[in-house]
Amino acid sequence: MSDSTSVEMRDYFLQLADSELVLGHRNSEWTGHAPILEEDIAIANISLDEIGHARLWYRAVSDLSGEDPDRLAFFRNASQFRSSQLVEQPKGDWAFTILRQFLADSAERLLLTHLATSNLEMCVDLAAKIAPEETYHFRHSRSWVKRLALGTAESRRRMQDALDTLWPLTSQIFPSPSAELAASGATPDSAELFGVWADSVESFLTEVSLVTPGGERPVHEARSGHSKSLAPLLAEMQEVAHLEEGAAW
Amino acid sequence: MSKLSSDVVSAGSQLVERVHHELSLVMDPEIPVVSVVEMGMINSVTETSEGHIRVAFSPTFAGCPAVEVIARDMENAAIKAGATTAEVTLSYNPPWTSDRISEEARSKLLSFGLAPPPVASSGSTLHLFDSEYDAYKTSCPNCGSDHNRLVNPFGPTPCRALHVCESCQEPFEQFKPL
Repeated sequence: MSDSTSVEMRDYFLQLADSELVLGHRNSEWTGHAPILEEDIAIANISLDEIGHARLWYRAVSDLSGEDPDRLAFFRNASQFRSSQLVEQPKGDWAFTILRQFLADSAERLLLTHLATSNLEMCVDLAAKIAPEETYHFRHSRSWVKRLALGTAESRRRMQDALDTLWPLTSQIFPSPSAELAASGATPDSAELFGVWADSVESFLTEVSLVTPGGERPVHEARSGHSKSLAPLLAEMQEVAHLEEGAAW
Repeated sequence: MSKLSSDVVSAGSQLVERVHHELSLVMDPEIPVVSVVEMGMINSVTETSEGHIRVAFSPTFAGCPAVEVIARDMENAAIKAGATTAEVTLSYNPPWTSDRISEEARSKLLSFGLAPPPVASSGSTLHLFDSEYDAYKTSCPNCGSDHNRLVNPFGPTPCRALHVCESCQEPFEQFKPL
Protein backbone atom coordinates (compact mmCIF):
# COMPACT_ATOMS: atom_id res chain seq x y z
CA MET A 1 0.00 0.00 0.00
CA SER A 2 1.41 3.45 -0.84
CA ASP A 3 2.03 5.93 1.95
CA SER A 4 -0.79 8.22 0.87
CA THR A 5 -3.25 5.31 0.57
CA SER A 6 -2.17 4.18 4.01
CA VAL A 7 -2.88 7.63 5.47
CA GLU A 8 -6.31 7.70 3.82
CA MET A 9 -7.13 4.18 4.95
CA ARG A 10 -6.09 5.06 8.50
CA ASP A 11 -8.52 7.98 8.46
CA TYR A 12 -11.30 5.76 7.10
CA PHE A 13 -10.73 3.16 9.82
CA LEU A 14 -10.71 5.93 12.45
CA GLN A 15 -14.08 7.19 11.19
CA LEU A 16 -15.41 3.70 11.82
CA ALA A 17 -13.62 3.10 15.11
CA ASP A 18 -14.35 6.47 16.69
CA SER A 19 -18.05 6.28 15.82
CA GLU A 20 -18.36 2.81 17.35
CA LEU A 21 -16.56 3.89 20.48
CA VAL A 22 -18.65 7.03 20.95
CA LEU A 23 -21.90 5.19 20.26
CA GLY A 24 -20.86 2.40 22.62
CA HIS A 25 -20.14 4.94 25.32
CA ARG A 26 -23.45 6.76 24.78
CA ASN A 27 -25.40 3.52 25.04
CA SER A 28 -23.53 2.54 28.17
CA GLU A 29 -24.97 5.65 29.84
CA TRP A 30 -28.28 3.76 30.06
CA THR A 31 -26.81 1.09 32.35
CA GLY A 32 -29.06 0.94 35.38
CA HIS A 33 -31.42 3.58 33.93
CA ALA A 34 -33.17 1.93 31.01
CA PRO A 35 -36.99 1.94 31.10
CA ILE A 36 -37.26 -1.81 31.67
CA LEU A 37 -34.82 -4.48 32.84
CA GLU A 38 -34.71 -6.39 29.54
CA GLU A 39 -33.74 -3.24 27.69
CA ASP A 40 -31.10 -2.38 30.28
CA ILE A 41 -29.53 -5.76 29.52
CA ALA A 42 -30.01 -5.36 25.77
CA ILE A 43 -28.47 -1.90 25.52
CA ALA A 44 -25.54 -2.93 27.72
CA ASN A 45 -24.88 -5.85 25.37
CA ILE A 46 -25.17 -3.66 22.29
CA SER A 47 -22.84 -1.14 23.88
CA LEU A 48 -20.28 -3.82 24.70
CA ASP A 49 -20.44 -5.19 21.15
CA GLU A 50 -19.85 -1.69 19.77
CA ILE A 51 -16.81 -1.16 21.93
CA GLY A 52 -15.59 -4.55 20.70
CA HIS A 53 -16.11 -3.41 17.12
CA ALA A 54 -14.28 -0.16 17.85
CA ARG A 55 -11.39 -2.24 19.14
CA LEU A 56 -11.32 -4.21 15.88
CA TRP A 57 -11.15 -1.05 13.76
CA TYR A 58 -8.50 0.50 16.04
CA ARG A 59 -6.46 -2.66 15.52
CA ALA A 60 -6.85 -2.17 11.77
CA VAL A 61 -5.35 1.31 12.24
CA SER A 62 -2.61 -0.21 14.35
CA ASP A 63 -1.76 -2.70 11.60
CA LEU A 64 -1.20 0.23 9.25
CA SER A 65 0.52 2.73 11.47
CA GLY A 66 1.77 0.86 14.51
CA GLU A 67 -0.21 3.14 16.83
CA ASP A 68 -1.46 1.59 20.05
CA PRO A 69 -5.28 1.15 20.06
CA ASP A 70 -5.59 2.25 23.67
CA ARG A 71 -3.75 5.49 22.92
CA LEU A 72 -5.99 6.11 19.94
CA ALA A 73 -9.10 5.64 22.07
CA PHE A 74 -8.05 7.41 25.25
CA PHE A 75 -5.46 10.00 24.36
CA ARG A 76 -6.88 11.84 21.38
CA ASN A 77 -8.98 14.96 21.86
CA ALA A 78 -12.31 15.97 20.31
CA SER A 79 -10.77 17.77 17.34
CA GLN A 80 -8.83 14.60 16.47
CA PHE A 81 -11.82 12.29 16.68
CA ARG A 82 -13.51 11.23 13.44
CA SER A 83 -16.90 10.20 14.81
CA SER A 84 -20.17 11.40 13.27
CA GLN A 85 -22.32 14.02 14.99
CA LEU A 86 -25.18 11.54 14.88
CA VAL A 87 -23.52 9.24 17.38
CA GLU A 88 -22.17 12.09 19.50
CA GLN A 89 -25.65 13.37 20.39
CA PRO A 90 -26.57 12.90 24.05
CA LYS A 91 -28.70 9.84 24.65
CA GLY A 92 -31.99 11.74 25.03
CA ASP A 93 -35.05 9.67 25.86
CA TRP A 94 -35.46 6.00 24.95
CA ALA A 95 -37.15 6.88 21.63
CA PHE A 96 -34.17 9.03 20.66
CA THR A 97 -31.62 6.38 21.60
CA ILE A 98 -33.40 3.55 19.82
CA LEU A 99 -34.12 5.55 16.65
CA ARG A 100 -30.50 6.68 16.53
CA GLN A 101 -29.51 3.05 17.00
CA PHE A 102 -31.75 1.94 14.14
CA LEU A 103 -30.31 4.58 11.81
CA ALA A 104 -26.74 3.64 12.78
CA ASP A 105 -27.39 -0.13 12.59
CA SER A 106 -29.10 -0.03 9.21
CA ALA A 107 -26.31 2.13 7.78
CA GLU A 108 -23.65 -0.12 9.22
CA ARG A 109 -25.25 -3.28 7.82
CA LEU A 110 -25.25 -1.81 4.34
CA LEU A 111 -21.68 -0.60 4.68
CA LEU A 112 -20.47 -3.98 5.92
CA THR A 113 -22.11 -5.74 2.96
CA HIS A 114 -19.95 -3.62 0.70
CA LEU A 115 -16.79 -3.85 2.78
CA ALA A 116 -17.14 -7.64 2.55
CA THR A 117 -16.18 -7.30 -1.13
CA SER A 118 -13.33 -4.85 -0.61
CA ASN A 119 -10.02 -5.70 -2.21
CA LEU A 120 -8.41 -5.10 1.18
CA GLU A 121 -8.25 -8.33 3.20
CA MET A 122 -8.55 -6.49 6.51
CA CYS A 123 -11.90 -4.97 5.47
CA VAL A 124 -13.24 -8.32 4.29
CA ASP A 125 -12.21 -10.12 7.48
CA LEU A 126 -13.58 -7.51 9.87
CA ALA A 127 -16.81 -7.06 7.90
CA ALA A 128 -17.38 -10.83 8.14
CA LYS A 129 -16.75 -10.74 11.89
CA ILE A 130 -18.94 -7.74 12.65
CA ALA A 131 -21.92 -8.33 10.33
CA PRO A 132 -23.65 -11.18 12.23
CA GLU A 133 -23.38 -9.28 15.52
CA GLU A 134 -24.83 -6.20 13.84
CA THR A 135 -27.79 -8.28 12.68
CA TYR A 136 -28.82 -8.82 16.28
CA HIS A 137 -28.60 -5.07 16.93
CA PHE A 138 -30.49 -4.15 13.79
CA ARG A 139 -33.39 -6.47 14.50
CA HIS A 140 -33.67 -5.16 18.00
CA SER A 141 -33.60 -1.45 17.17
CA ARG A 142 -35.91 -1.88 14.20
CA SER A 143 -38.52 -3.70 16.26
CA TRP A 144 -38.48 -0.99 18.94
CA VAL A 145 -38.83 1.81 16.36
CA LYS A 146 -41.87 0.00 15.01
CA ARG A 147 -43.37 -0.59 18.45
CA LEU A 148 -42.95 2.99 19.61
CA ALA A 149 -43.90 4.61 16.31
CA LEU A 150 -47.13 2.60 16.19
CA GLY A 151 -47.72 2.69 19.93
CA THR A 152 -49.43 5.41 21.91
CA ALA A 153 -49.81 9.08 21.00
CA GLU A 154 -46.94 9.84 23.37
CA SER A 155 -44.56 7.21 22.00
CA ARG A 156 -45.37 8.33 18.45
CA ARG A 157 -44.70 11.97 19.35
CA ARG A 158 -41.37 11.13 20.97
CA MET A 159 -40.32 9.05 17.96
CA GLN A 160 -41.26 11.82 15.56
CA ASP A 161 -39.37 14.40 17.65
CA ALA A 162 -36.33 12.14 17.59
CA LEU A 163 -36.55 11.76 13.83
CA ASP A 164 -36.84 15.52 13.36
CA THR A 165 -33.53 15.96 15.19
CA LEU A 166 -31.67 12.96 13.79
CA TRP A 167 -32.62 13.02 10.12
CA PRO A 168 -30.50 16.06 9.12
CA LEU A 169 -27.52 14.50 10.92
CA THR A 170 -27.64 11.42 8.69
CA SER A 171 -25.75 13.34 6.01
CA GLN A 172 -22.56 12.32 7.81
CA ILE A 173 -23.64 8.85 8.91
CA PHE A 174 -21.38 7.07 6.42
CA PRO A 175 -17.61 7.42 6.64
CA SER A 176 -16.03 9.27 3.75
CA PRO A 177 -13.23 7.64 1.86
CA SER A 178 -11.13 9.82 -0.40
CA ALA A 179 -12.10 9.58 -4.08
CA GLU A 180 -8.92 7.60 -4.76
CA LEU A 181 -9.69 5.10 -2.00
CA ALA A 182 -13.22 4.50 -3.29
CA ALA A 183 -11.99 4.21 -6.87
CA SER A 184 -9.32 1.72 -5.79
CA GLY A 185 -11.91 -0.81 -4.57
CA ALA A 186 -10.81 -0.65 -0.95
CA THR A 187 -14.05 1.01 0.16
CA PRO A 188 -17.50 1.67 -1.34
CA ASP A 189 -18.53 5.11 -2.52
CA SER A 190 -20.44 6.75 0.31
CA ALA A 191 -22.67 9.04 -1.76
CA GLU A 192 -24.04 6.01 -3.60
CA LEU A 193 -24.45 4.09 -0.36
CA PHE A 194 -26.32 6.96 1.23
CA GLY A 195 -28.90 7.01 -1.57
CA VAL A 196 -29.58 3.28 -1.27
CA TRP A 197 -29.73 3.49 2.49
CA ALA A 198 -32.00 6.53 2.61
CA ASP A 199 -34.44 4.90 0.15
CA SER A 200 -34.85 1.82 2.33
CA VAL A 201 -35.02 3.76 5.58
CA GLU A 202 -37.60 6.20 4.24
CA SER A 203 -39.77 3.38 3.07
CA PHE A 204 -39.60 1.69 6.49
CA LEU A 205 -40.36 4.96 8.26
CA THR A 206 -43.39 5.47 6.04
CA GLU A 207 -44.59 1.96 6.91
CA VAL A 208 -44.52 2.90 10.58
CA SER A 209 -46.11 6.27 9.98
CA LEU A 210 -43.12 8.44 10.75
CA VAL A 211 -42.44 11.45 8.55
CA THR A 212 -38.98 12.64 7.62
CA PRO A 213 -38.75 16.38 8.32
CA GLY A 214 -39.88 18.57 5.45
CA GLY A 215 -37.67 19.77 2.66
CA GLU A 216 -35.05 17.94 0.69
CA ARG A 217 -33.49 14.70 1.72
CA PRO A 218 -29.98 15.20 3.14
CA VAL A 219 -27.06 14.25 0.90
CA HIS A 220 -23.92 12.49 2.00
CA GLU A 221 -21.16 14.77 3.18
CA ALA A 222 -17.74 14.24 4.60
CA ARG A 223 -17.53 14.53 8.36
CA SER A 224 -16.56 17.96 9.52
CA GLY A 225 -16.86 19.44 12.94
CA HIS A 226 -18.26 17.83 16.04
CA SER A 227 -21.20 18.18 18.32
CA LYS A 228 -20.43 20.27 21.40
CA SER A 229 -21.35 17.15 23.36
CA LEU A 230 -18.26 15.28 22.20
CA ALA A 231 -15.70 17.05 24.38
CA PRO A 232 -17.59 16.39 27.66
CA LEU A 233 -18.12 12.76 26.56
CA LEU A 234 -14.41 12.27 25.97
CA ALA A 235 -13.52 14.04 29.22
CA GLU A 236 -15.64 11.52 31.08
CA MET A 237 -14.62 8.50 29.07
CA GLN A 238 -10.90 9.28 29.17
CA GLU A 239 -10.79 10.56 32.73
CA VAL A 240 -9.51 7.42 34.42
CA ALA A 241 -6.89 6.76 31.73
CA HIS A 242 -5.60 10.32 32.10
CA LEU A 243 -5.37 10.15 35.89
CA GLU A 244 -2.32 7.98 35.66
CA GLU A 245 -0.85 7.75 32.19
CA GLY A 246 0.84 4.46 31.48
CA ALA A 247 -0.93 2.61 34.27
CA ALA A 248 -1.22 -1.11 33.60
CA TRP A 249 -4.65 -2.67 33.99
CA MET B 1 18.52 -29.75 4.06
CA SER B 2 21.17 -30.14 6.74
CA LYS B 3 20.74 -32.59 9.57
CA LEU B 4 20.42 -29.69 12.00
CA SER B 5 17.44 -28.21 10.11
CA SER B 6 15.62 -31.52 9.93
CA ASP B 7 16.17 -31.94 13.69
CA VAL B 8 14.50 -28.57 14.21
CA VAL B 9 11.57 -29.54 11.98
CA SER B 10 10.86 -32.77 13.83
CA ALA B 11 11.32 -31.10 17.24
CA GLY B 12 8.91 -28.40 16.04
CA SER B 13 6.10 -30.74 15.24
CA GLN B 14 6.47 -32.39 18.64
CA LEU B 15 6.32 -29.01 20.34
CA VAL B 16 3.30 -27.99 18.26
CA GLU B 17 1.56 -31.23 19.27
CA ARG B 18 2.32 -30.62 22.93
CA VAL B 19 1.00 -27.06 22.61
CA HIS B 20 -2.21 -28.38 21.06
CA HIS B 21 -2.57 -30.73 24.01
CA GLU B 22 -2.01 -27.97 26.58
CA LEU B 23 -4.47 -25.71 24.77
CA SER B 24 -7.14 -28.40 25.08
CA LEU B 25 -6.85 -27.92 28.84
CA VAL B 26 -7.47 -24.16 28.66
CA MET B 27 -11.07 -23.73 29.67
CA ASP B 28 -13.38 -20.98 28.55
CA PRO B 29 -13.40 -18.65 31.59
CA GLU B 30 -17.15 -17.99 31.32
CA ILE B 31 -18.14 -21.59 30.58
CA PRO B 32 -15.52 -23.61 32.48
CA VAL B 33 -16.73 -27.00 31.23
CA VAL B 34 -15.53 -26.47 27.67
CA SER B 35 -12.03 -25.80 26.37
CA VAL B 36 -11.03 -23.14 23.89
CA VAL B 37 -10.16 -25.95 21.47
CA GLU B 38 -13.63 -27.52 21.72
CA MET B 39 -15.17 -24.08 21.24
CA GLY B 40 -13.33 -23.91 17.93
CA MET B 41 -11.36 -20.80 18.75
CA ILE B 42 -7.92 -21.96 17.56
CA ASN B 43 -7.06 -21.00 13.98
CA SER B 44 -3.46 -22.23 14.00
CA VAL B 45 -0.47 -23.17 16.09
CA THR B 46 2.91 -22.75 14.44
CA GLU B 47 6.53 -22.87 15.48
CA THR B 48 7.79 -19.78 13.74
CA SER B 49 11.39 -20.27 14.82
CA GLU B 50 12.97 -22.81 17.10
CA GLY B 51 11.14 -22.85 20.43
CA HIS B 52 8.93 -19.90 19.49
CA ILE B 53 5.23 -20.64 19.22
CA ARG B 54 2.54 -18.49 17.68
CA VAL B 55 -1.07 -19.29 18.43
CA ALA B 56 -3.62 -17.57 16.21
CA PHE B 57 -7.08 -17.58 17.74
CA SER B 58 -10.41 -16.25 16.65
CA PRO B 59 -12.53 -14.85 19.49
CA THR B 60 -16.22 -15.67 19.64
CA PHE B 61 -17.91 -12.30 20.10
CA ALA B 62 -15.89 -9.15 19.31
CA GLY B 63 -16.77 -7.46 22.59
CA CYS B 64 -16.11 -10.52 24.72
CA PRO B 65 -14.42 -9.22 27.88
CA ALA B 66 -12.66 -12.54 28.36
CA VAL B 67 -10.45 -12.18 25.28
CA GLU B 68 -7.40 -10.93 27.18
CA VAL B 69 -7.75 -13.63 29.84
CA ILE B 70 -8.05 -16.32 27.20
CA ALA B 71 -5.02 -14.99 25.33
CA ARG B 72 -2.95 -14.98 28.49
CA ASP B 73 -4.05 -18.52 29.38
CA MET B 74 -3.12 -19.68 25.88
CA GLU B 75 0.31 -18.08 26.15
CA ASN B 76 0.89 -19.81 29.49
CA ALA B 77 -0.24 -23.11 27.97
CA ALA B 78 2.31 -22.80 25.18
CA ILE B 79 5.11 -22.13 27.69
CA LYS B 80 3.95 -25.05 29.80
CA ALA B 81 4.13 -27.23 26.69
CA GLY B 82 7.82 -26.33 26.40
CA ALA B 83 7.90 -23.27 24.15
CA THR B 84 10.74 -20.88 24.95
CA THR B 85 8.63 -17.94 23.93
CA ALA B 86 5.03 -17.69 22.82
CA GLU B 87 2.78 -15.10 21.28
CA VAL B 88 -0.96 -15.20 20.87
CA THR B 89 -2.44 -13.25 18.00
CA LEU B 90 -6.04 -12.50 17.12
CA SER B 91 -7.06 -13.82 13.76
CA TYR B 92 -10.24 -13.23 11.79
CA ASN B 93 -9.47 -15.39 8.84
CA PRO B 94 -11.31 -17.68 9.05
CA PRO B 95 -13.68 -15.90 11.43
CA TRP B 96 -15.16 -17.81 14.32
CA THR B 97 -18.71 -19.08 13.82
CA SER B 98 -20.76 -21.08 16.30
CA ASP B 99 -20.66 -24.02 13.87
CA ARG B 100 -17.04 -24.47 14.99
CA ILE B 101 -18.23 -25.65 18.41
CA SER B 102 -17.54 -29.39 18.51
CA GLU B 103 -20.27 -32.02 19.01
CA GLU B 104 -18.78 -32.92 22.37
CA ALA B 105 -18.74 -29.31 23.49
CA ARG B 106 -22.42 -29.02 22.59
CA SER B 107 -23.35 -31.82 24.97
CA LYS B 108 -21.15 -30.32 27.65
CA LEU B 109 -22.92 -26.96 27.21
CA LEU B 110 -26.25 -28.75 27.57
CA SER B 111 -25.20 -30.54 30.77
CA PHE B 112 -23.95 -27.19 32.07
CA GLY B 113 -27.50 -25.88 31.57
CA LEU B 114 -26.73 -23.77 28.51
CA ALA B 115 -28.69 -24.57 25.35
CA PRO B 116 -26.22 -24.95 22.47
CA PRO B 117 -26.67 -22.79 19.35
CA PRO B 118 -28.52 -24.27 16.38
CA VAL B 119 -26.24 -25.67 13.68
CA ALA B 120 -26.66 -24.14 10.26
CA SER B 121 -27.71 -26.99 8.01
CA SER B 122 -26.56 -25.18 4.90
CA GLY B 123 -23.00 -24.80 6.13
CA SER B 124 -23.09 -21.11 6.92
CA THR B 125 -24.52 -19.71 10.12
CA LEU B 126 -25.53 -16.58 8.23
CA HIS B 127 -28.54 -18.52 6.95
CA LEU B 128 -29.85 -18.77 10.50
CA PHE B 129 -30.52 -15.07 10.20
CA ASP B 130 -32.73 -15.38 7.11
CA SER B 131 -35.80 -15.85 9.22
CA GLU B 132 -36.47 -13.69 12.23
CA TYR B 133 -36.41 -16.49 14.80
CA ASP B 134 -34.43 -19.45 13.45
CA ALA B 135 -31.45 -18.26 15.44
CA TYR B 136 -33.38 -18.87 18.65
CA LYS B 137 -34.84 -22.34 17.99
CA THR B 138 -33.81 -24.40 20.94
CA SER B 139 -34.76 -27.15 23.38
CA CYS B 140 -34.93 -26.76 27.14
CA PRO B 141 -31.73 -28.05 28.80
CA ASN B 142 -33.80 -29.06 31.82
CA CYS B 143 -36.66 -31.10 30.31
CA GLY B 144 -35.90 -31.22 26.57
CA SER B 145 -39.13 -29.52 25.51
CA ASP B 146 -39.20 -27.48 22.29
CA HIS B 147 -42.00 -25.40 23.71
CA ASN B 148 -40.17 -22.37 24.98
CA ARG B 149 -40.34 -18.61 24.74
CA LEU B 150 -37.57 -16.15 23.95
CA VAL B 151 -37.54 -13.63 26.79
CA ASN B 152 -34.59 -11.52 25.65
CA PRO B 153 -32.28 -11.86 22.67
CA PHE B 154 -29.64 -10.35 24.94
CA GLY B 155 -28.41 -11.91 28.15
CA PRO B 156 -25.81 -11.68 30.90
CA THR B 157 -22.92 -12.06 28.45
CA PRO B 158 -22.65 -11.12 24.76
CA CYS B 159 -22.97 -14.78 23.77
CA ARG B 160 -26.26 -15.59 25.51
CA ALA B 161 -30.00 -15.16 24.98
CA LEU B 162 -32.65 -15.77 27.64
CA HIS B 163 -35.57 -18.18 27.31
CA VAL B 164 -38.28 -19.61 29.52
CA CYS B 165 -39.50 -23.19 29.05
CA GLU B 166 -43.29 -23.30 28.81
CA SER B 167 -43.30 -26.96 29.83
CA CYS B 168 -41.25 -27.05 33.01
CA GLN B 169 -41.31 -23.27 33.61
CA GLU B 170 -37.54 -23.08 34.10
CA PRO B 171 -35.69 -20.10 32.65
CA PHE B 172 -32.55 -20.98 30.72
CA GLU B 173 -29.83 -19.35 28.66
CA GLN B 174 -28.97 -20.20 25.08
CA PHE B 175 -25.60 -19.76 23.41
CA LYS B 176 -26.41 -17.46 20.50
CA PRO B 177 -25.50 -18.64 17.01
CA LEU B 178 -22.98 -16.45 15.22
